[in-house]
Amino acid sequence: MNTLGIYIHVPFCGKKCGYCDFYSVCYSKVQAELYVEAVSRNITHYSDNSRKVDTIYFGGGTPSLLRNDQLSFIIEAICNNFDLDPEAEITLEANPSTLTPEKLTDLRKAGINRLSIGVQSMCDAELKLLGRNHTSERASQAVYDAAKAGFTNISCDLMIGIPTQSSESLKESIKLLSELPIHHVSAYILNIEEGTPFDCKEIRTSLPDEDETAEQYLITVNELGRYGFAQYEVSNFARKGFESRHNSRYWMCDEYLGIGPAAHSCYKGKRFAVPRDIETFINSPVQPVTITDENPCGFEEYAMLRLRLSEGLSLSDVSEHRESIEKKLPPLIKAGYVKYDGEHVSLTPEGFLVSNSVIESLIF
Amino acid sequence: MANDKIRNFCIIAHIDHGKSTLADRILEKTETVAIRDMEDQLLDNMDIERERGITIKARAVRLKYTANDGEDYIFNLIDTPGHVDFNYEVSRSLAACEGAILVVDASQGIEAQTLANTYLAIEHDLEVVPVVNKIDLPSADPERVCNEVENVIGIPAMDAPKISAKMGINIEEVLERIVTDIPAPKGDTEKPLKALIFDSYYDSYKGVIIYVRIKEGRVKVGDNIRLMATGAVFTVVEAGFMDATSLVNNGSLEAGEVGYIAASIKSIGDTRVGDTVTNNDEPCDEPLPGYRKVNPMVFSGIYPADGAKYGDLREALEKLQLNDASLSFEPETSIALGFGFRCGFLGLLHMEIIQERLEREYNLDLITTAPSVIYKVTMTNGEIQYIDNPTNYPDPSLIQTAEEPMVKASILSPSDYVGSIMELCQDRRGIFKDMKYLDDTRVELHYELPLNEIVYDFFDVLKSRTKGYASFDYEMLGYKPSKLVKLDILLNGDIVDALSFIIHADSAYTRARKIAEKLKDNIPRQMFEVPIQAAIGGKIIARETVKAMRKDVLAKCYGGDITRKKKLLEKQKEGKKRMRQLGTVEVPQEAFMSVLKLDS
Repeated sequence: MNTLGIYIHVPFCGKKCGYCDFYSVCYSKVQAELYVEAVSRNITHYSDNSRKVDTIYFGGGTPSLLRNDQLSFIIEAICNNFDLDPEAEITLEANPSTLTPEKLTDLRKAGINRLSIGVQSMCDAELKLLGRNHTSERASQAVYDAAKAGFTNISCDLMIGIPTQSSESLKESIKLLSELPIHHVSAYILNIEEGTPFDCKEIRTSLPDEDETAEQYLITVNELGRYGFAQYEVSNFARKGFESRHNSRYWMCDEYLGIGPAAHSCYKGKRFAVPRDIETFINSPVQPVTITDENPCGFEEYAMLRLRLSEGLSLSDVSEHRESIEKKLPPLIKAGYVKYDGEHVSLTPEGFLVSNSVIESLIF
Repeated sequence: MANDKIRNFCIIAHIDHGKSTLADRILEKTETVAIRDMEDQLLDNMDIERERGITIKARAVRLKYTANDGEDYIFNLIDTPGHVDFNYEVSRSLAACEGAILVVDASQGIEAQTLANTYLAIEHDLEVVPVVNKIDLPSADPERVCNEVENVIGIPAMDAPKISAKMGINIEEVLERIVTDIPAPKGDTEKPLKALIFDSYYDSYKGVIIYVRIKEGRVKVGDNIRLMATGAVFTVVEAGFMDATSLVNNGSLEAGEVGYIAASIKSIGDTRVGDTVTNNDEPCDEPLPGYRKVNPMVFSGIYPADGAKYGDLREALEKLQLNDASLSFEPETSIALGFGFRCGFLGLLHMEIIQERLEREYNLDLITTAPSVIYKVTMTNGEIQYIDNPTNYPDPSLIQTAEEPMVKASILSPSDYVGSIMELCQDRRGIFKDMKYLDDTRVELHYELPLNEIVYDFFDVLKSRTKGYASFDYEMLGYKPSKLVKLDILLNGDIVDALSFIIHADSAYTRARKIAEKLKDNIPRQMFEVPIQAAIGGKIIARETVKAMRKDVLAKCYGGDITRKKKLLEKQKEGKKRMRQLGTVEVPQEAFMSVLKLDS
């Protein structure tokens, strides 16, 4: 029996960031209580003691807004209903401003062993523009405190293409990040999502242009590499052995069960999603789901996901498509987008930058 | 009905000067149509006609009018196309009449097309009855306009009815003038049948309906008729007239009358406008004068945006051709655009109308190539070739002389714009012929212009440079030797056949640069850099580059929403389907269309 990852979507934020289109609502104590109960109910619903759970991921939202006992309650529920691996990777996304030394100690106690901290930038002007409620100093402090509290697997989010961001300020952010006791960096290019407060002329016109953003991405890959964070996915970099095990499930077509409003699952041969509505989630005995894919992990999806990894796609795994893929490679290799060693097709950093087009041209 | 109680007439007017409105008022006054059935501008029954305010195909309608003399008269109102593209059809409509009402806008005066059509009417010995319309407008100056009519056309106009078709003012006066000023038709009913075809259309139940003016003799149901140009013989099934909304089959028509004949005619190709209908058993000696086969002047490749719609496009063209014998098409293949048709049109407006009807009535998404005229090329071996598709233009080393069609253009405009009009005509290689003042403020300019210089955007530019005041008309002049070159467009080093065109050597460089720029703006950045080149022979004369895209990535993968990611990729793939794949270059439809609209 395959192992399973569990994703818990915690849809609460102290304050919504202008660029974010993940589902979240304003934190309320009462709603959080009801939410935790609903999560527990759902864990019981999906109960399967024969399944070994080896990753848990609290995403959001701002999961660090949950109290220690609430997190413990959820982890215990998982433990009671599944075969929780003692070595499981248990990640919590956290806003630096919520991470006090006491909170960090509590999180350790609750069983969290990996933190993903939303640092975004180490430049205060950029943080202000993003509407973040912390400074770079606060973020540094949070990381140090986390290390002190015993966290040995810390990831930080870094954002590329922030309005007004320059290559220099980006390099500086990376340098400062790399000096912290962290093991993993998720570096995302800011994408203006439709309908978010950032979806406006003022922001759009102050963004670095396509060429500048591309340059920044390549700088990121290069600089992080220099500091010992190897790229293993389009947006993810890690010191050796610290690749995110939970996120890797997404890219490997492994199973994961999502609980909470807006959570996605790939479970028992289907992909499904929970509606983006906290009330519905809280008030339903079992979370309602919409099937988004009856037949996931076919060739196209498998190849699409593998090609997002630095390791690339092994053509032996898709042997019936080998010929057609090989035929398309020469111009892509010539342009420096793709590498091919006769077995693995993988994208270069330049290729990752245009990965939609490269992947689309290879798999369709 | 005795001939002296019949009046056959048409209305000549510039676009927007009120022809259709006047026709509506006449229909109303003669109670041909009950008011409740009136739909504004009844005669123009194609959507496009109504929207553009122009009449594309001639129509005819029979009206009954009781005049002030107490007698009942039959009016046959023949609606004429107003545009130069349909010049020949206009001339045939005029040939079916004894008189024409010339409608002139009381504030704008005479326009180029009105003038051209009025001269045509005078050539056909028609009695021209001027009418000054829109007297209700504050800017109306009927006196000045009457003067203009007298000076420019040379017909008395001071006592012309001054009307407002819109407000229904003085319409009776127009009706009385039709009775008093326009002669009754002549024609001997005892002679062998001689009838002029001035229009036809295809009816899916009755076959081709031909609109005729009986010049001599009579025709009745059961007669065997012969169409003299094609020699085709048919038996008459219906003969009658048109009221405002339907055909009225009254069994026969005789000299002087205007009406329709249905004879189970399958193909509109048999019924050519201008041809003579006679009785097969008792034929007339010779056909009516003036018949000619109309030839397309402007050609363009029409391709379905979606290659799978090729069959639909063919079907649509076939259907349009049922009603429009002047539309020609034959299959054509382009490396860039796949399977499509080379279509021939009478002129630019005709081309636009066909394209619009294909898109609107047949729901087709089209890519059209730049319009081309027919070039006459004499090869070094003496052979003469007519080239209507730039792709087929011979290698320059094999050409002895190349000639291009010329037109005589007449432009009417307020005198303020003379400078910019002259500049435009000069830019388009025009040769100035003469200029005359129609009155203190309006001029008429004559230019000799190459047809290929006006097939793109001449009229649009003329309009914009004169704030819409200038009017324009042209007639063919024949061929003239010219320094022509074939300009090729290359994407990523490969010639895109659909973008090639023939141009005068002196304009080639400017045009090449504009096209390269347009393409650069309309081809999206893609994975690879796309060089755009314009070349004559092997020589590159313009170059632009679409830089390779730098960023096209879905960075986020939080929460494992893989389905969204996959859907986005699928959407991207669908988007590319609508593009033309030329080698490694993906060219959106708009890029092909953008080069057709180069602003000056």
